[in-house]
Amino acid sequence: MASPGPKSPEQSEKSKKYDRQLRLWGDHGQSALESCHICLINATGLGTEILKSLVLPGIGGFTIVDGKKITEEDIGANFFLDIDSIGKPRAQVSTQLLLELNPEVKGDYVDEPIEQLLQNNPNFFKNFTVVVAASLPERMLIALSDLLWEADIPFIATRSYGLIGSARLQIKEHTIIETHPDTQNPDLRLDQPFPVLVKHLEDVDLTKMDLKDHTHVPYVVPLYQALQEWKSSHNGDLPKNYKEKEEFRNLLRKGIKMNEDGVQEYEENFEEALKAVNFAIAPTVVPNNVKEILNDYNCINLTSKSKPFWIMAKAVRDFVDNEGEGLLPLRGSLPDMTADSQRYIALQQVYLQEAARCSEIVHRRVRQLLHQLGQPVDAISEADTKLFCKHASSLGVVRGRKISDEYDTKLINTSLLAQGVENSESLIIYYVMFRGIDRFYAEYNHYPGEFGDEHDIVKLKGSIAKLLSEWGCGPLAKDDYIHEIYRYGGAELHSVSAFLGGCVAHEVIKLVTGQYKPVNNTFIYDAITTNTETIDITNLHGIF
Amino acid sequence: MGSCNILVIGAGGLGCELLKNLALMGFQKIHVIDMDVIDLSNLNRQFLFRRADIGSSKAEVAAKFINSRIPGCNVVPHFKKIQDYDEDFYRQFHVVVCGLDSIVARRWMNGMLISMLQYDDDGELEQTSLIPMVDGGTEGFKGNARVILPGISACVECTLDLFPPQVTYPLCTIANTPRLPEHCIEYVKMIQWNKENPFECPIDGDDPNHINWIYEKAQERANQFNILGLSYRLVQGVVKNIIPAVASTNAVIAATCTTEVFKLATSCCLPLNNYMVFNDVDGIYTYSYEAEKKPDCIVCSNKPKTYFVDNGSIKLKQFIEDLCESKDYQMKNPGVTTSIDGKNRTLYMSLVKSIEEKTRDNLNKTFDELGLKSGSQLFIADVTNPNTIILELKYTQTSEMVTD
Ligand SMILES: [Zn+2]
Repeated sequence: MASPGPKSPEQSEKSKKYDRQLRLWGDHGQSALESCHICLINATGLGTEILKSLVLPGIGGFTIVDGKKITEEDIGANFFLDIDSIGKPRAQVSTQLLLELNPEVKGDYVDEPIEQLLQNNPNFFKNFTVVVAASLPERMLIALSDLLWEADIPFIATRSYGLIGSARLQIKEHTIIETHPDTQNPDLRLDQPFPVLVKHLEDVDLTKMDLKDHTHVPYVVPLYQALQEWKSSHNGDLPKNYKEKEEFRNLLRKGIKMNEDGVQEYEENFEEALKAVNFAIAPTVVPNNVKEILNDYNCINLTSKSKPFWIMAKAVRDFVDNEGEGLLPLRGSLPDMTADSQRYIALQQVYLQEAARCSEIVHRRVRQLLHQLGQPVDAISEADTKLFCKHASSLGVVRGRKISDEYDTKLINTSLLAQGVENSESLIIYYVMFRGIDRFYAEYNHYPGEFGDEHDIVKLKGSIAKLLSEWGCGPLAKDDYIHEIYRYGGAELHSVSAFLGGCVAHEVIKLVTGQYKPVNNTFIYDAITTNTETIDITNLHGIF
Repeated sequence: MGSCNILVIGAGGLGCELLKNLALMGFQKIHVIDMDVIDLSNLNRQFLFRRADIGSSKAEVAAKFINSRIPGCNVVPHFKKIQDYDEDFYRQFHVVVCGLDSIVARRWMNGMLISMLQYDDDGELEQTSLIPMVDGGTEGFKGNARVILPGISACVECTLDLFPPQVTYPLCTIANTPRLPEHCIEYVKMIQWNKENPFECPIDGDDPNHINWIYEKAQERANQFNILGLSYRLVQGVVKNIIPAVASTNAVIAATCTTEVFKLATSCCLPLNNYMVFNDVDGIYTYSYEAEKKPDCIVCSNKPKTYFVDNGSIKLKQFIEDLCESKDYQMKNPGVTTSIDGKNRTLYMSLVKSIEEKTRDNLNKTFDELGLKSGSQLFIADVTNPNTIILELKYTQTSEMVTD
């Protein structure tokens, strides 16, 4: 055999099967998914749709809690019940049919009403990574909300009701390293270059190059050099406003090579430099949301129980205050730009090595902190710190509110509710409707219109009027919404459940992988107008 | 709804969801077309398929599954391309729902439904000839859904600029100044493969031997230039142009499409007017708006489109390039015919080898040399449309500048 090439990595069956999603959340996201265990309360159409979009991508396992026996109506709205299963436990059949989707997922069920389980064995719910409940009546919702808040387990309550749906996330604190922002400016540090970068950029003499070389210098070089010239004549300031940026661009243009006729050549790297003035010349700062995280109580006051996120955040905070001289660790990536390979790679290496240097310093601090806190010094790996530093400018922390707070008139945001009721564009009206439905259900033990009794319309109006007056809001201007809700009769429309099912499944994936930002905290879907809205109905002043 | 006849195009990520949703919403007469067979990488979202189904027709397995799970529902599979059928087939449906990953197929279907519109003597659209098209698309955590009422609301061609052009790298970068691992992969794919011809056939992205070879050669090239970040996964992604996909986004978009079919079939409320975008990377974001119908859309405006050029000195080659590159046309392999003195003449056609050879010389001829004048009509055939598109030439420079 002649010289053998580098051995191609054999792809495992699993990475082939999950290929399309591994490109999104990576192998580390997948392994987080594979070690989670999700609890679903109520295997309704919506409930099984959520699990479907979690079993397919390969969660570790699920447990269904449902004490109901399957009716004909259930089968019409739920793909994971079959025609032969009428009368059988809903938890059992849906578990079996869901498990067929993915042999790698484990699933079991508890054929017991949720109220019974809550009463006899509340600790049961503390075994899960996330608990999801579909169509949970108010009394159980409040009890479960308190229980899971105390246990610090994320909880999602969701419902699909006629053409309307909602999902409410209850998370005490959720930290995110990889938020995957859609757009992000490159971290080039041209205003505050580190010494190696200064040397690298100043060593290039653009005036001595022929045209071919000149057009193949990464745009960072002419941009930096023009900036030095600008700063020397502007007290060291950057071009600040539009006018100054225009002047700076003219300065930059002077660097473009001329041909024999004194006409400027077309140089793509300079064109790129001119475009980059908009985003690459801004002062490098710690973004406000990251500042908030670094100043967070949990960051400053580490304890022996502090989570890795906060320990790394504290290490970054200390880095900013010391070696970083006010700046975050360098991200270390260089966007693609017109250049020859050698020059581009050399510049890329400059950024990469500085980023590695920053993250090494941060990691030393991480180990020190772990030691001081009495945690094992290898609790956070060097790779963890590196990832954290790379994403330091787009970290996320979400602090949620307890669902049961919404049942306290002092803690619910009544002015937001009042505005929502009056504003015909807002979907907050459906929040009010859902609360009214729950009130109705608690009183009459069925959904308005479920049995076609028109008296329900007046009763529902009464339930909602009582709620609104408790909140100090005016009455509803029109009865349209009441009639609409009555018409739904508590029935689930499958396409509405499927929409919410997809949304809620992805929220679970966000919570489990610690990637992407979850909804905070109430999501409402209106299939009539194809609109959605995210609101926080709790009163912020109640807590901060 | 029991009598409403629905056509689902595509039995993949969106298609599986659409079939389940439509069946559970009470639709009983459903047809599904898909020319693909099941692959292992489908199983993370195409929930009607199992490991044992790999290699079987998506349409057939999906139809069988739905028919057995949901009594009373009759899904008819077609293991075919949409181009295998003509308007006699498509006329039987009340609504067409597309869950496709191919823009060409979407455009073709759009063109078909518009060409089936009939107008009465007063030029009024005959409502019975109108078949609404509901269309969904996803990429990662982003998606969109739209309702097209052919001839009435914006069609796929009206909004062609919504499709971002595929990322391409300049050839000189690939050949001379590679910087990214993608540049190395493209080099092997576009240059080295043809030169070394390792398997004596074109690249087959599904053949692991081919991917392995490209991976090894791309790695060698990356090493040579010290380029970082080449991985087997990236090689596959670039060679096969893989679009990331998850179950949840497909569920959301297919559900939106199904709700719209339900609205159209039951008139319970107004359908989406007419475009919704979805993104759940940061919270859950949706936005609905009315995409505008283009008054001179080449497919749905019902008017001949005028093609403006300075004069007759443009070469046929340049004209064809413009049809492919301009964002208004985005054609793939247009064939051009015209009528000169009442006789049809093919100016160029790439798809039929013998005609291509006979007409190739025309590419370097100008419109003047080909006998075209301001006012001449050009008939354009392309895979993006089942019908011929008529372009009327108009020279914008005054006639005295053009010497006869
Ligand atoms: Zn159009």
